[in-house]
Amino acid sequence: MEDIKITIIDREGVSHQVIAPTDMNMNLMEVVRSYELAPEGTIGVCGGMAMCASCQCYVQSDHALPEMSDDEEAMLAEAFHVKDNSRLGCQIHIHEDLEGLQVRLAPES
Amino acid sequence: MITTDILIIGAGPTGLFAVFEAGLLKLKCHLIDALPQPGGQCSEIYPKKPIYDIPAFPEVLAGDLVDNLMKQIAPFQPGFTLGERAETIEKLDDGQFIVTTNKGTKHKAPVVAIAGGLGSFEPRKPPIEGIAAFEDRGVEYIIRDPEVYKNKEVVIAGGGDSALDWSIFLADIARSVTLVHRRNEFRGALDSVEKVQELKNQGKIRLITPAEVTGVHGEGKVTGVTIKKGEEHIELVTDHFIPLFGLAPKLGPIADWGLEIEKNAIKVDNSLDYQTNIPGIYAIGDVNTYPGKLKLILCGFHEATLMCQSAYQRIFPDKRYVMKYTTVGGVTGFDGSKKQAPKAVVKAIE
Repeated sequence: MEDIKITIIDREGVSHQVIAPTDMNMNLMEVVRSYELAPEGTIGVCGGMAMCASCQCYVQSDHALPEMSDDEEAMLAEAFHVKDNSRLGCQIHIHEDLEGLQVRLAPES
Repeated sequence: MITTDILIIGAGPTGLFAVFEAGLLKLKCHLIDALPQPGGQCSEIYPKKPIYDIPAFPEVLAGDLVDNLMKQIAPFQPGFTLGERAETIEKLDDGQFIVTTNKGTKHKAPVVAIAGGLGSFEPRKPPIEGIAAFEDRGVEYIIRDPEVYKNKEVVIAGGGDSALDWSIFLADIARSVTLVHRRNEFRGALDSVEKVQELKNQGKIRLITPAEVTGVHGEGKVTGVTIKKGEEHIELVTDHFIPLFGLAPKLGPIADWGLEIEKNAIKVDNSLDYQTNIPGIYAIGDVNTYPGKLKLILCGFHEATLMCQSAYQRIFPDKRYVMKYTTVGGVTGFDGSKKQAPKAVVKAIE
């Protein structure tokens, strides 16, 4: 299993290229937290159950991501600042095909 | 004035378990929580979801965990101030604390344990320009008194249980109810969804989907909203706009109590007893931080246990005490109940 490089643009607009492991069953929200790219308590509030939208991000690269589950779709339908490329970071599982992924964190709400 | 030994702020799993550990030391507890029911996130966000890392429970639903904790602490008769948020704290000359809620309820205790999780749950407010000016002037995030909506025009936004349930409830009270949601599907109990469908068919609820409220208007009070549906903008006359987008935790007023805060959490001394920088105020569970902190229920249980031992020493500095095993000492409730391990059978063999 290879680590992958992904680019995360934080809520202040600062771009961070980070290395994410593909062998630890991590999701994108957890990667953001592990690098402390958003203050604790403002991201991953529900722990990663697609129930709070605090990890909403905009996917800026054209990676093929898995389809949204009903839970994710329903949560985004109640979230704020939602765009066509919005996803919940906690629902994006880190794996090798996501090498080069680029996302921007949505504003805190 | 409510008086107790340990005043616990937050009735999530950590706060509830603290009642048990305090009870073993004959200390009484009272809990304050902003939510109307105990259980914190376990009850409010994920009661039907399983938890797999509670020791000796291979799997337990969050709601069941809370029910079990309530049973476990019942003999110690905890008091509850629910639906109220701890707002201010004051330290008296005799070392006691007075905590007052947003509704003015006062509590007095020699020890305060903050078990507030990620904070108190506050309604999530949609980012609509100028909406703040209409709060309680036609925009309400929480329905306190349904009678307010009698014969009024009401617009509700949201797609979950509370939006569905209140639409159903107000359909019989308000002059009109319009439910706006960003998509056609609703995430709620099936019978609520079906009931809204039925009321829609009867013309008692107007449904506008997929659509979004993008503007609120009025002179000092709400008189209308703008709803965006596709490329179309609908202007709707209404007396009330009720956005129901769920709740999100905010540290809130506790952040202003003079406690040392780091990473949105309260710094504590984890080498000893989870006390904060203010002696007599402890922080346990997800609300605290220290090197190596993990926000896990099982860690909260441990922290609650150590906190209670320290609280006992603080309340009774001259008393000697050693921790007793419940299997040995049993559990003696304040309600007169007593649980004890059965005595060994000693019988001669003839």
